[in-house]
Amino acid sequence: MDQLLSGKNILIMGVANKRSIAWAIAKSLHSAGARLIFTYQGERFEKNLRELTKELSDSILYQCDITKDEEITSLFTSLKEEIGILHGVVHSIAHAKVEELQGRYLDTSRDGYLMAQEISAYSLVAVARGAEALMSEGGSIVTLTYLGGERVVKNYNVMGVAKAALESSVQYLANDLGPKNIRVNAISAGPIRTLSAKGVKDFNSILHEIEEKSPLRRTTDAEEVGDTTLFLMSSLSRGITGEVIHVDSGYHILGMV
Amino acid sequence: MADIFERVKKIIVDRLDVEEEKITMEASFKDDLGADSLDIVELVMELEDEFDMEIDDEDAEKISTVGDAVEYIKSHQ
Repeated sequence: MDQLLSGKNILIMGVANKRSIAWAIAKSLHSAGARLIFTYQGERFEKNLRELTKELSDSILYQCDITKDEEITSLFTSLKEEIGILHGVVHSIAHAKVEELQGRYLDTSRDGYLMAQEISAYSLVAVARGAEALMSEGGSIVTLTYLGGERVVKNYNVMGVAKAALESSVQYLANDLGPKNIRVNAISAGPIRTLSAKGVKDFNSILHEIEEKSPLRRTTDAEEVGDTTLFLMSSLSRGITGEVIHVDSGYHILGMV
Repeated sequence: MADIFERVKKIIVDRLDVEEEKITMEASFKDDLGADSLDIVELVMELEDEFDMEIDDEDAEKISTVGDAVEYIKSHQ
C-alpha cells in the first residue's frame, strides 16, 4: 500500500538534537514514506544531525544559516539540482537572547528585538520564497509557534512578539501562495522540553501548569506535533491553509479555571 | 556516591567528548572540560533524565564543577 507521503520530498529546518520538535516531526514524516532533506547551522548541530540521521535512509544534509540570503539561495539551488521538486517545508527555527527571555518585555533591546524577528519570523518568508520555485506540484509549509504569540506568557517576552509576526506571516504567505496550491500553516505546540525551551526562565514550572490545568491533564509530546505535521503535509489536510492548529492538550481554550 | 559519579561521568564523556581521566570531582565544566552555555543546558537535561529529577534554574546556575553536580543529585534523590 502506498504510504501517505511516499514520493514526497520534504525539507526540515531546525533539528538541534534528539529532543528537537523538528526531529520528532522527521520521524513521523519518515515513517509515512517521505524523503527528508535537513538543514543545520554550524558544526555542533551538524554533528548531532549526522548521528541522528544515520537511522534514516537516503536523507540529505545541508548547512544553512537563515540569516544569510546567499546561504538560502545556495540551499535551494542545490535542492533543485539534487531532487528537483519539493513538496514540503518544516520550519522549526527561532532564537532570542536568553537574557531577554525573563523579566520585563519592556526592557527588550533594539538588537535583541530585531534578532528575534529576523531568525524566528522573517526566516519563514525567505524560505517560503525559495521553496515556491521548487513546489511545482503544490506543497505544504509548516512552521512552529506558541501561545505566547497570542497572549502574554510569563518570560516568553520578545519571542512572543516574534511568534505573533510569524503567525501573521503564515496568513499573508498562505494568501500569496494559495493560487499555486502551496499551503502554509502553523502548529502552536504546548511547551515541550527542548534545548530552546530550557532557555525560557523557569521552564519546568510551565510544564507543571500544563499538567495540572490543561483539559487533557498532560504535557505535549513532540511526537504529537510530529503526527499533526504529518497530517498537514499530507493530502488529508488539502483544504487547510493559513491556519494555526493548537497541539497543546487543549490548554489554549482555558480562561480562568 | 561512587555510582552517581560514574553515571555523571558517562554523560559528560558522551556530551562533551572529553577523556575520562579529565573528569574529576574538582573539574569545572567551563574551565576544565570546555563546556559552553549550550553544553551546560544539554548536560542539565541529560542529568534530569538520567536521575529522573528536576533541576531548578537557580540551582543549575550554582553547579560549576562535576562535584557540585554529584552533590546536588545525591541530596535531591
